[in-house]
Amino acid sequence: MTREEIFGKVRTILVDALAVDEDEVTLDSVLTKDLGAESIDFLDIVFKLEQAFGIKIPQGDLFPDNVAQDPEYVKDGKVTPKGVATLKARMPHVDFAGWESNPEIGKVAELFTVRSLVSFVEAKVAAK
Amino acid sequence: MRWMWIDRIVLLEPAKRLVAVKNVSMAEEHLHDHFAAGPGQPAQPIMPASLMVEGMAQTAGILVGHAEGFREKVILAKVSRAEFTEDVPPGYTIRYDARVEQMGPSGASTSGTVERIDPATGAATLIGRIDLMFSHLDQNMSGEKFPEENFVFGEGFRTLLRQSGVAIG
Repeated sequence: MTREEIFGKVRTILVDALAVDEDEVTLDSVLTKDLGAESIDFLDIVFKLEQAFGIKIPQGDLFPDNVAQDPEYVKDGKVTPKGVATLKARMPHVDFAGWESNPEIGKVAELFTVRSLVSFVEAKVAAK
Repeated sequence: MRWMWIDRIVLLEPAKRLVAVKNVSMAEEHLHDHFAAGPGQPAQPIMPASLMVEGMAQTAGILVGHAEGFREKVILAKVSRAEFTEDVPPGYTIRYDARVEQMGPSGASTSGTVERIDPATGAATLIGRIDLMFSHLDQNMSGEKFPEENFVFGEGFRTLLRQSGVAIG
């Protein structure tokens, strides 16, 4: 499956899960800020990705949990260097450039773009 | 039982499907306001669609809760779809048929149909579709802690399950 085909399917899923128009979904769209995704929508998206691509997405795979609550990873609203390293290791599908210079925990959600979703699925499909 | 919007569970296939019914009665207070007579208009008592969404949420919620032995606090998190094509007046029965689409540690998605049954003829008419998402409260991503006690499946639900012959475990 090509990256273009993956994007097409991901877009259909987002249109369905987030009730947005197809042309609102670009590779640069941020799931929360641009497409209005809330926390429960991420579970919905995970379920739909699993179904559409025949992949398994274990909890914490796409969006790591327990990072924000760990004082080793987050201090004074900023992600510590150790936390940044952990996020990078666990989320190779996400582009951290730009955020890294001021790693606010409150802005982590904005790293989840449609492009990062497509990259995530691409890696999962390739590993099948 | 003030907030029970289903009367009986009639079919349970664990972790797959649950069918529940509700009899709509003129004795229900809310039907007198929904809709009351207005100038030049007679009263039109019909079951509110919002309460049919709640009925489906209870039907599907029990299905999801039962699958995990009612250990999880199953919370309605999203109405993915709710479509209704016809009304249900008093004297009819509503049948909610809920199926699990997907289930994981953090929650579940369900799809469901709503039928109106006419007790005079036994005829069933499809009148709606409701797809829902449930979250397991203790597995939520924010890491928030909630009380140990399962406040979701309280006495009302337990009575309903017992009366319907469903083992609570």
